[in-house]
Amino acid sequence: MKLVIVGCGRVGAALAEAFDNGGHEVVILDTSTRAFDKLSEEFKGQAVRGDGTDEDVLRKAGVEGADVLLALTEGDNRNVMAAQVAMEKLAVGKTIAKINDPVRAAAYAELGIATVCRTTMLTDAVLAYLDLGKTGMPSIIAPVPHVHEAGQGPVASPVAAGTTPVQAQRS
Amino acid sequence: MFVLVVGGGKVGYYLTKELIESGHEVVLMEKDRARAAQIVDELGSIVVPHDGCEGKYLGEAGSNRADIVAAVTGDDEDNLVICQMAKHHFDVPRTIARVNNPKNEDLFRHLGVDEIISPTRMALGSIEQDIPVHELLHLAALDNELEIIEAQLQADSPAVGRTPADLVIPEACSLFAIVRNGVATPLRSDTVLQEGDKVIAIGRADCERMLHEQLIGTEDEVTAG
Repeated sequence: MKLVIVGCGRVGAALAEAFDNGGHEVVILDTSTRAFDKLSEEFKGQAVRGDGTDEDVLRKAGVEGADVLLALTEGDNRNVMAAQVAMEKLAVGKTIAKINDPVRAAAYAELGIATVCRTTMLTDAVLAYLDLGKTGMPSIIAPVPHVHEAGQGPVASPVAAGTTPVQAQRS
Repeated sequence: MFVLVVGGGKVGYYLTKELIESGHEVVLMEKDRARAAQIVDELGSIVVPHDGCEGKYLGEAGSNRADIVAAVTGDDEDNLVICQMAKHHFDVPRTIARVNNPKNEDLFRHLGVDEIISPTRMALGSIEQDIPVHELLHLAALDNELEIIEAQLQADSPAVGRTPADLVIPEACSLFAIVRNGVATPLRSDTVLQEGDKVIAIGRADCERMLHEQLIGTEDEVTAG
């Protein structure tokens, strides 16, 4: 599989290494080259400095036609835009955007982007540890296909522990 | 009309001010508290001092009853998300986004933003209009060093008001068509050339200087080729 990661933070770097170790083709982008220090020396993927919301930058990095793009920068909106550029302009098969605002996370699942929300994930983890119930929100919300044609609302699909984060499954 | 403006920079501020003056109901969202307070002092308490990208605050600002949401922050990605949230989550009938990177215009339209304001494109447009095309344009290279060349006639072209028969055209060159108002027609020897005409010529590269003199003028050095 060819996977593209926008944002080389802790999560981005860790996933890049995991995919690389799994024998996948990996491209990781960040606006700062220093961010790539988080990658180990053994990392065999491609690290590209540039703005992952810029179509030209993504195209030059060879993102067109990739199987998956993960948008994991610190900015919710940057992630949304990177995912939408990848889907609409660069024919990327599947996109996941980190969106920490739960309202936006749910809204964008309706627009075809799988979203992962740290706010609900951490809240749920804490609540579960303290045995205080849960938010009821899934940690990854899978996109609803053709929502306008089908006229249906968002479908929440929790990811079971142990499944790979790339393959959110319908419950 | 109820207009929700997001982004209290120069554009958002003056937009809000004008809209209030023309009698519209306006709410402005500005996340920087100091800037928000400053606008309250000047325009009254119509400011929500929160981030308009945040779904919660967008809702609290009344976006579900807004007729128009105008996202005019300095960041394209924020403006896109504000418009998409307004449109798809709050059912706002009309969304307007400021776009700074002209390359994003198509994407924004494709993703459902109703109206695009592009300051970069507008500035670019007026600059390009101000700079007349003073050069020959190479359309294609053929065999035997022949080229197809286009010349757009400006008002100061010596060819305007004259016919091809009046012009001194190099021997190895021929003017064969003009494009006028988007319509291509064969160039006859009695066609009177007008400003704005595109004259299409075929000839050897060494005819260029002469063609330039006849069709563009002599003030500029020939730089084409």
